[in-house]
Amino acid sequence: MIARKIPLIPTLFLLPSLLFLSIFIYFPLVQNLYNSFFEFSVFSPTKEFVGFASFQQLIQDKVIVAAFINNVKYAVISVLFQVFFALILATILEDKVFRRIAPALRVIYFMPVMISISVIALLFTFVYNPQMGLLNSFLELIGLENLATPWLGNATTAIYAVIAMSQWQSIGFITMLFIVAIQKIPKELYEAADIDGAGKIRKFFNITIPQVKETMFVNVLITVTGSILVFNEPFILTGGGPGFSSTTLSVLMYEQGFGKDNMGYASAIATLIFVLSAIFALIQIRVSGTGKDD
Amino acid sequence: MVKTDLKGEFLERDRTASKPRAKAKLNFTAGLSKYTVLLGLLAFAAIILYPLFWMVISSLKSYDEIYNNVWGLPSVWHFENYATAWSMGISSYFFNSVVVTLATIFLVVLIGSMAAFTLSRYRSKWIDAALIFIIGGIMMNPQVALIPLFEILTWLDLINTRWALILTYVAFRLPLTIILIRAFFLSIPKELEESAIIDGCSEFGIYARIYLPLSIPIILTTVVLTAFFAWNEFLFATVFIDSEVLKTIPSGLMNFKDALRTDWGVLLSGMVIASIPMVILLVLLQKFLVRGLSEGSVKG
Repeated sequence: MIARKIPLIPTLFLLPSLLFLSIFIYFPLVQNLYNSFFEFSVFSPTKEFVGFASFQQLIQDKVIVAAFINNVKYAVISVLFQVFFALILATILEDKVFRRIAPALRVIYFMPVMISISVIALLFTFVYNPQMGLLNSFLELIGLENLATPWLGNATTAIYAVIAMSQWQSIGFITMLFIVAIQKIPKELYEAADIDGAGKIRKFFNITIPQVKETMFVNVLITVTGSILVFNEPFILTGGGPGFSSTTLSVLMYEQGFGKDNMGYASAIATLIFVLSAIFALIQIRVSGTGKDD
Repeated sequence: MVKTDLKGEFLERDRTASKPRAKAKLNFTAGLSKYTVLLGLLAFAAIILYPLFWMVISSLKSYDEIYNNVWGLPSVWHFENYATAWSMGISSYFFNSVVVTLATIFLVVLIGSMAAFTLSRYRSKWIDAALIFIIGGIMMNPQVALIPLFEILTWLDLINTRWALILTYVAFRLPLTIILIRAFFLSIPKELEESAIIDGCSEFGIYARIYLPLSIPIILTTVVLTAFFAWNEFLFATVFIDSEVLKTIPSGLMNFKDALRTDWGVLLSGMVIASIPMVILLVLLQKFLVRGLSEGSVKG
């Protein structure tokens, strides 16, 4: 395309988007960094400059470390389940052996994705309820009642109960992305492998995995970024508790800002969240080639 | 949900049918592992489906039965739970969610397609800079913007109004929307617009009469993704709206839960009502959703 002078109307077309992004995306980003160096409360008219104090507090805060470890647990378990298990699930669903039942199963696995996270989280307060919860009732039904525990009220199990719910909700989403990727693999590759007498497991490792490598990588990034940001699930299910056992960086940020009114410290936590997630988002933009012309 | 290669499947079926007997033992083990895997798939389907099924069934029970008869069907079907939920506040949350979602969709599609139009048709260093500026927007996340947005909306006197949600939702959906629509616009043949220019069509005419009508599929994709985001968004909805009459469904449900205490049947009815519109929308437009998910690869 040859560079030419851009007429007035197209320039005007671009303006609303640039305004929206400037005011509601880029300005808050800068403002958040600025806020990290101040101490203030929601309705205080002035902000008190404190320099790097909030960041120093951040490094020494044991709760931040606990929250970060929970984010890491979230990321590791989610990658194992949502990427590796989802890939195996997608491969099985695309296997000709299951062609009759696969369409129905795909719809079922995808169902939780369609439902709002607040509804899902409220539903799981019933699943994990210590008195009448589905999980404990089920354990009782199959004779494992000694495993039953107040899943969300127990400091050891709370974070895993929250993570388990996320897996339950999101696995269908990642499986769908893999199914789309597997369907794009040229059929000839599998036919050639059939002629060579390759079994299903060899075909999975030698054809499917190399062919969906890029999707796998993008899915790992989506999952890890999601785990760094995770807020709704722990906030609704446990509020981060008991104690700080199931808190995450985002929940802490919210609690510090809107619970304890330490807006400056909350901004410093937000800056940390931004740095962590931006690294992965940048890699994702590069890998998926977003915005390329072809 | 996704089309499979039917022809290949039929060929495969013929091949399995004519396998020689020598392979009978192999077939037996293969069959055994097939049924083991099938069992696993069905068990997993049950784990996914049962809690949703339980939600619908229990929404028709009384508190006593939810508590004491976890697995059974209701002895009396309390359909009035739905009427109670609706009149106790869900109707207002529902209405607010509809307004916020529709306004967000309208603005995102309009503003996003306008920007995509310019970005796909012109090339200069300014356009390139604008494109990078817009793509960079996907790196931002609501958590980081939360406190500054709260300040901005307070300055603009928009806290506790629907605009607080609509404007921020639009901003956060624009980058992905523009990327998707621009990619589609780039595939529209240039001959179309050249002949339109010869016919005396203005820039605006090319946008409104050629580009938009040709882009219905990608616009529907945007509509589904945006609807899904706006209907389910929780963080902004909780922080920016305090007034009970303006709350949307995700934040309203939390209030609803606190207000009801033990009236679980009504709470579950409210949860089912909250889920219905998206389930219907996604079932109707699933084709466009799958496309958006795989092209955008960005979780709602």
